[in-house]
Amino acid sequence: MKSIFAFLTVAVFLVSCNPAPTSSKSSKGALTSNAAERVYVAPGQYDEYYAFISGGFSGQLSVYGLPSGRLFRVIPVFSQDPEKGYGYNEETKPMLNTSHGFVPWGDSHHPDISQTNGVLDGRWVFINENNTPRIARISLKTFETEEIIEIPNSAGNHSSSFVTENSEYVVAGTRFAVPIPQRDMPISDYKGNFKASLSFLKINPESGRMNIAFQLRMPGFDYDLSHPGRGKSHGWFFFSMYNTEEAHSLLEVNASQNDKDFIAAVNWKKIEEYIAAGKGHKEKARYAHNTWNDDTHTATSKMEKEVLVINPEDVPGAIYFLPTPKSPHGCDVDPTGEYIIGSGKLAAAMTVHSFTKMQKAIADKAFDGDKYGIPILKFEAVNYGTLEQPGLGPLHTEFDTRGNAYTTFFISSEVVKWNIKDLKVIDRHPVYYSVGHLMIPGGNSRKPFDKYLVAMNKITKDRYLPTGPEVCQSAQLFDISGDKMQLLLDFPTIGEPHYAAGIPAKMLMDKSQKIYKLEDNKHPDAVKSEADTKVVRKGNEIHVYMSMIRSHFSPDNIEGVRVGDKVFFHVTNLEQDYDVPHGFAMIGANNSEMLIMPGRTSTLVWEPKEVGVWPFYCTDFCSALHQEMQGYVRVSAKGANTPIKYTLDDEVPGEEEE
Amino acid sequence: MRKDKLLMIIGSLLLLLLFVFPLWKITLLAPQYPEPLGLNIHITHLSDGNQFNDVNNIDLLNHYIGMAHLPTEINVKKGEVKPFKEFVIIPIVVIALSVIGVVFGVIGKRKLYATWLGLLTVSGVVGMYDFYNWLYIYGHDLNPNAILKITDKVTGEMMAYQPPIFGFKQMLNFQVYSYPSTGVYFIGLSFVLVALAFIVSSKNKLKN
Repeated sequence: MKSIFAFLTVAVFLVSCNPAPTSSKSSKGALTSNAAERVYVAPGQYDEYYAFISGGFSGQLSVYGLPSGRLFRVIPVFSQDPEKGYGYNEETKPMLNTSHGFVPWGDSHHPDISQTNGVLDGRWVFINENNTPRIARISLKTFETEEIIEIPNSAGNHSSSFVTENSEYVVAGTRFAVPIPQRDMPISDYKGNFKASLSFLKINPESGRMNIAFQLRMPGFDYDLSHPGRGKSHGWFFFSMYNTEEAHSLLEVNASQNDKDFIAAVNWKKIEEYIAAGKGHKEKARYAHNTWNDDTHTATSKMEKEVLVINPEDVPGAIYFLPTPKSPHGCDVDPTGEYIIGSGKLAAAMTVHSFTKMQKAIADKAFDGDKYGIPILKFEAVNYGTLEQPGLGPLHTEFDTRGNAYTTFFISSEVVKWNIKDLKVIDRHPVYYSVGHLMIPGGNSRKPFDKYLVAMNKITKDRYLPTGPEVCQSAQLFDISGDKMQLLLDFPTIGEPHYAAGIPAKMLMDKSQKIYKLEDNKHPDAVKSEADTKVVRKGNEIHVYMSMIRSHFSPDNIEGVRVGDKVFFHVTNLEQDYDVPHGFAMIGANNSEMLIMPGRTSTLVWEPKEVGVWPFYCTDFCSALHQEMQGYVRVSAKGANTPIKYTLDDEVPGEEEE
Repeated sequence: MRKDKLLMIIGSLLLLLLFVFPLWKITLLAPQYPEPLGLNIHITHLSDGNQFNDVNNIDLLNHYIGMAHLPTEINVKKGEVKPFKEFVIIPIVVIALSVIGVVFGVIGKRKLYATWLGLLTVSGVVGMYDFYNWLYIYGHDLNPNAILKITDKVTGEMMAYQPPIFGFKQMLNFQVYSYPSTGVYFIGLSFVLVALAFIVSSKNKLKN
């Protein structure tokens, strides 16, 4: 007891003698008192929320815990991941296939979790790829990418991948208008000739499988972000756009001229009716649709051949333009579905449109002309009001359950809390620095879980220890449960965190997959026991059907391989125990390792180039005998007649002992 | 029907629940297994005590210390180990006890009830002795090529890994708990019911 008192005395002394760091920190952003306690998740305890934060130009999706800001996993989605073998092993290579061939990298942007009745259901998370337009679906049971579909007739899939309130659709857009179909033409003929597609992908309610139900062929503006209507506005989708000037060069100037650009309001329910009535036409297209079969845990890539195209004139009364000042970025719909908030990123104001007024304006035909045949609704007829001078460079807004909006301001580098009905600022807090999007768990739904807010910043400068010219990207956690926002924590993120989706941990943690049952493994090259392991030559291909279990491979001595052979290691992890993956690495393999989960099979190709005896080993510290988990392949010269031989403990697996 | 007869018949039929519920459960907890592994011992087989594949996972861990394979479905199929002969004998004994119990109940004699209680007790004692034997064999008859060979600090002899028959024992990184399971409680209930049958019929005799 005495020693504890002694320790406390010393501790108090140390703290009281060292006030300097506290004050210097507070000058960097008024840290809330007891913030440490509020983000501290004790060893062995769980976080309250999962946060799925986009990996930006890493192409991946990261999984964090809130409020601790701890990174749990990086889910490989659009980029190869040698750590896991994703995009390197034979099973996952087809996931990265596109109409342009194999694309090893992507730019992931806006994760969104599936919904039922307007609230998060925790089945899948969708994320879009901007560069080679794609949408991926990730299972929230296995945390693996299950499907990637390419979006044809599009470029820069930015206004994506947001889901409707019953997960009817996930959408894709076009940020860079292009000739459709692609053709050889002068760039300066952009205006009126380039087009954009807004694609609606139907989600199968059981399997989650996506297919492009239809594409709207829109004027060649730059479609930036989008959000679904909900509640009363369910059935509508809203897309923001810039470059209504249709500039093709020096866009920073030429696409910033119009006082007002638009938010497009798309009535997809009405379009469904038109389609049912035979409107629209099929067009030839070529786009990859890559699906993951969980039974064979193998991806297949199929090239789709056509798409249903809807021209605005096919669907009168289904598409309107809402004038919105100055190149709006975010167009965000509040939890009630009444307010559509445009963040005109070059305006010093927030524009709030009213869904009720919009419907009346449509009924009254309160039009202000049209653009390429699409009616423009009168600004006054749809506008609920404007929040004047809230900050500079508004980008994106999310909501709480108390009628408040939280908007990021890129230029003035702050988050502003304001009341939608009153159009009054309640609170503002600086962020470090230049925030892009923010996320409140459930923020894109009828039911936000408004305890935390995560701001995702584009610049960190001096916030962390420097790591050369390239410093980390970061997120900042706020407590928004009170009137004032309270900054609790900075934490670094992978790639550039464009957007995130959060969900209460209890909705996912209990259904998280632990192992894959070996008996359900339908991989054609799986082995179910050591007795089935073997090595087979087919011409110059060698197929090794190998197993792994603590702590050995079977077989672990292989002979009869020749230089010039193509060796396929089909490796099955026979473990059926939680958290016992094994790795497989082959010296000189020109691809990656494989990390194989219990009950799964993965295939790595190795083309030996030199004669010798070459080792392979387990890369994942699996057990006390992990270091012993290794083996050899004997490689003979081209044309040598070394017979195929494979053994474990000098016996052929599966053969009866004499 | 007379109350004692009914008790005798129900009591002896209760034993058949041993075909459904496990007799004993061994639980293994370790730093690496915060969700413990469980081994259910039935009269006919072994089963997963807590989670899917527990039996195979325990069997897999056993190989580090050179313990003999358990008669799991996979091991038996592979021919690596023969199923316990008890998996045949005990079910016969249980069925026999049930049938005899029902017959005794129908006859309805007090002495027969006592006889049955005696038979059950003897079977139980023999069963426990046999169980202890198996635990001893598994704990001591270790593969000389075992990966982990640890000697006892005090005796200097090879460490044995005999699980407790009842209660707790620390075995290397594992905390091993061994307790009777549902099946044993039904045997107890069966004993109580038949004992009641005996008491009821004794009272009847006094009255008469």
